[in-house]
Amino acid sequence: MRRPARDTEASTRRFTRRALFMGGAMAAMVAVLGARMRYLGVEQADQFRLLAEENRVNIRLIPPNRGLIQDRNGKLIAGNEQNYRVVITREDAGDVETVLNRLSHIIPMTAEDRADILKEVARNSPFVPITVADRLDWETFSEIAVNGPALPGVTPEVGLSRVYPRDRDFAHVVGYVGPVSERDLEGLENPDPLLRIPKFQIGKIGVERWMEDVLRGHAGTKRIEVNAVGRVMREIDRQEGDPGDDIRLTIDADVQNFVQARLGEESAACVVMDVTNGDIIAITSAPSFDPNLFVRGISQADYSSLMEHDHRPLANKTVQGAYPPGSTFKMVTALAALEAGAITPETTVRCPGYLEFGNRRFHCWKRGGHGGVNLERSLMESCDVYYYDIAQRVGIDKIAEMGRRLGLGIRHDLPMSAITEGNMPDKAWKMERHKQEWRVGDTINASIGQGYVLASPLQLAVMTARVATGMAVHPRLIRSIDGKEVEVAPAEPLGLSDAQLKSVRRGMFAVMNGKAGTARGSRIADETMLMCGKTGTSQVRNISAAERASGVVSNDQLPWNRRDHALFVGYAPADNPRYAVSVVVEHGGGGSAVAAPIARDALLRALYGEIPPLTAYPADQRGRMETLLKELPLRRPDGSLPESSKV
Amino acid sequence: MSFLEYRVKTAPAGLSKVFYVHWALVLVVTAVAAIGWLMLYSIAGGNIETWSEPQMKRYVLGLVMMFAIAFTPIWFWRSMSGLGYGIAMVLLLVVEFFGTVGMGAQRWIDLGFMRLQPSELMKVTLVMMLAMYYDWLDDKKVSRPLWVLIPVVLIVVPTVLVLMQPNLGTSIMLIAAGGAVMFAAGVSLWYFAGVLSLVGGAVTAVFMSRGTPWQLLHDYQYRRIDTFLDPSADPLGAGYNIIQAKIALGSGGWAGKGFMQGTQSRLNFLPEKHTDFIFTTLGEEFGFVGAFSLLVLYALILVFLLVAAMQNKDRFSQLVIIGVAANFFLYLAVNLSMVMGMAPVVGVPLPLLSYGGSATLMIMISFGLVQSAIVHRLR
Repeated sequence: MRRPARDTEASTRRFTRRALFMGGAMAAMVAVLGARMRYLGVEQADQFRLLAEENRVNIRLIPPNRGLIQDRNGKLIAGNEQNYRVVITREDAGDVETVLNRLSHIIPMTAEDRADILKEVARNSPFVPITVADRLDWETFSEIAVNGPALPGVTPEVGLSRVYPRDRDFAHVVGYVGPVSERDLEGLENPDPLLRIPKFQIGKIGVERWMEDVLRGHAGTKRIEVNAVGRVMREIDRQEGDPGDDIRLTIDADVQNFVQARLGEESAACVVMDVTNGDIIAITSAPSFDPNLFVRGISQADYSSLMEHDHRPLANKTVQGAYPPGSTFKMVTALAALEAGAITPETTVRCPGYLEFGNRRFHCWKRGGHGGVNLERSLMESCDVYYYDIAQRVGIDKIAEMGRRLGLGIRHDLPMSAITEGNMPDKAWKMERHKQEWRVGDTINASIGQGYVLASPLQLAVMTARVATGMAVHPRLIRSIDGKEVEVAPAEPLGLSDAQLKSVRRGMFAVMNGKAGTARGSRIADETMLMCGKTGTSQVRNISAAERASGVVSNDQLPWNRRDHALFVGYAPADNPRYAVSVVVEHGGGGSAVAAPIARDALLRALYGEIPPLTAYPADQRGRMETLLKELPLRRPDGSLPESSKV
Repeated sequence: MSFLEYRVKTAPAGLSKVFYVHWALVLVVTAVAAIGWLMLYSIAGGNIETWSEPQMKRYVLGLVMMFAIAFTPIWFWRSMSGLGYGIAMVLLLVVEFFGTVGMGAQRWIDLGFMRLQPSELMKVTLVMMLAMYYDWLDDKKVSRPLWVLIPVVLIVVPTVLVLMQPNLGTSIMLIAAGGAVMFAAGVSLWYFAGVLSLVGGAVTAVFMSRGTPWQLLHDYQYRRIDTFLDPSADPLGAGYNIIQAKIALGSGGWAGKGFMQGTQSRLNFLPEKHTDFIFTTLGEEFGFVGAFSLLVLYALILVFLLVAAMQNKDRFSQLVIIGVAANFFLYLAVNLSMVMGMAPVVGVPLPLLSYGGSATLMIMISFGLVQSAIVHRLR
């Protein structure tokens, strides 16, 4: 027989030799394994049989109580409630169907429920307890306990389950818990043994998820004796675990509730921040949803109605939403130009209503133009052409650098899910992302917060706080853990000149209080709490030349999802800033008409620490405000919602 | 290209291939798998749908794949080796860099009907790649440093990727199986002696230096090694499985407690009783007799493989069979030592018994390669 050329006599012999050697090694290992089996199963068998049969001592885990989540004043946001439930075990029940029939006299059950339970029982091993009903009231629960002898295999149990008393106010911030999934366990090299407890609940999104390690605590253990069928005979001893640590947020639950109610059914987001230390006082996204639904197991119908809602109630718009900031971005452009020395506060630009560049015409929102405009007027009347002009003098890279210094285009680290970075474009970014040169037209668009610029409401609030203080304020959401204050480093100065900051703040003051200010209608009348701000209206569609010629279609005539976003940022009091606010109302229309009033109410609520008195409002608005404030569906002091607003 | 030198006419063609399949191997493999179904049925408390039925389906799918591979000439699979290795490598990189989901890394790719672990695929393709390499390499060069370096790189790169997942068990298996193929291919023993003494020296140095001012690792790293080596120090965490597994095996005694009578698994003492720790239920319910019989069946499979390797005259076929045998042996040796408390828990399934898709399919595929080598060998 002809051999393949590479296989020589010698190499074949060597292969056989080595294969035999490996066979020998394997045989040795198999022998060792066999010996070990004999050792465990025959020689040591008595000892182990004793362990397994006589002393059926089982170590069971005691799930720790999950840490509470409270607002800054200790009001409960996420707690644990006793949950009375009933489980059935197939092997003890015998005929599950009969037992269920008897049980249905006490707990109302539909035929469908019963079929579900039977299916679940059949799917699992006979000794696995299946939950028949939970969240029972005490009467039903005790009735089942009393009827125990007639209901074999049915056990009433008490457990703790998570509850969110301020349901929808904190759905996006705090998130919710749910049972551990396969996916949660994947990739955990050495998972906490607690996670193996069936249906153990862990944080799925929001603070519940990102602070999971703090909230979960450590399992206790109990040693119990079980009989031959696994029934617990007695508990030998127990060692309590450590409950999870309580967390206090920086949020004020009442302000949060006020803002949530004030946003109503708009698709909107609002952030209120303490500029002195970065504490987030309120961070709300509307519309919201009830996180308790997710804990109890949301029905398919409820879930799809949340998913299909065009206002996206499940999205946390405050940190996930990236919006073109529109004119609220103008402070960034102005500060960049001032710092670069490209302009002084007195520099005047003539606004004829548009700016021509190349063969394109960039329009100001005011068709006739503003005439000669300086910095203060440009902010007060939100002149676009002024910014088209000065942005070209500084260039995008300096504007982008200023934006990042003020907190745009960077991710602020809060324990919330899917926090966006927004976008602060510059030349390098466009080259990398779109493989295109940056164009002057892009700078012009960016100067008024359109084009590639994107920011989340959180970022806008940070920007406002930084403009108001000149300090690099960082937002924070966790005030204390287990009663220990979370250290907050004092904010560093941003290194901006005081005079330049003041000139921009003067412009923001004029927006609210100037004769021609775009948000004059939303000013605060209380002299000690005067407000500064900036409106923004950002387009979500392109306006064609043809449309412009025939008159721009007003927002009211557009379908909802094509209307402009309404934005507003502001702070108060003007002379000694305390709170910064940002509001985005998706497709709300104009910033001054829609977003600014919400921002003012939120600021006033935070400043007064209660429902603001009517004297804080300009005299001509008090009547309207009285009805508005009275009709807000606020929570009662015990945290419950008024009947009218229950969903 | 050795396959060109086959006298292809002597290899069986068409339906006659059926007569050349190693039916005894098929029979034993099926017997082992059937023990697995029985145990899964018992662990599910007499419920076939929970684990047993899906596992049977996977086995049948594996069997079909095995025959499909077996009836395709081994020289075709030889020419596919590079491609297979490349694909496994790409998939490993994909899960490494794009597989991050939720709290941690994900080790698998969702194919819809099953989750494919690229590291399992790598176990087979690495063996094929190395076999092809040594088939191509001139025998005289086998022990020259440069030609030793190449297969070492082929082994180390996927091992590092798997280690980063992190999946210690599979990394160990990749290194050991790769080393076995190199050993069988005739790489000079000095290399193996060198590597072994280096590793031994490093381990000794790490442990000897402990407590001295020159210690090589941080204290916490030593403590971590301690619990890894001695899980009983941590009876609720890593040690819990081992303690309960030993009780289950031991309480089975000589003849076991009888089918479906195991209290350890029924009373839920045992975690992962249907996957990595399935052997404990066998030991509990069928005792030493049952456990030892399984070991005999495994040994029989290994004997079949080694004999088939020695009978074969084609270098690629020889090395693939040796590699498959090494892999199979490592699965069972690592799993059984782990379950019987002789080695740390590293997460390696028991071949053909443990519930799980990737490992079962990969084992069946590798047996397909073995059968193809047997069917198409020079006679």
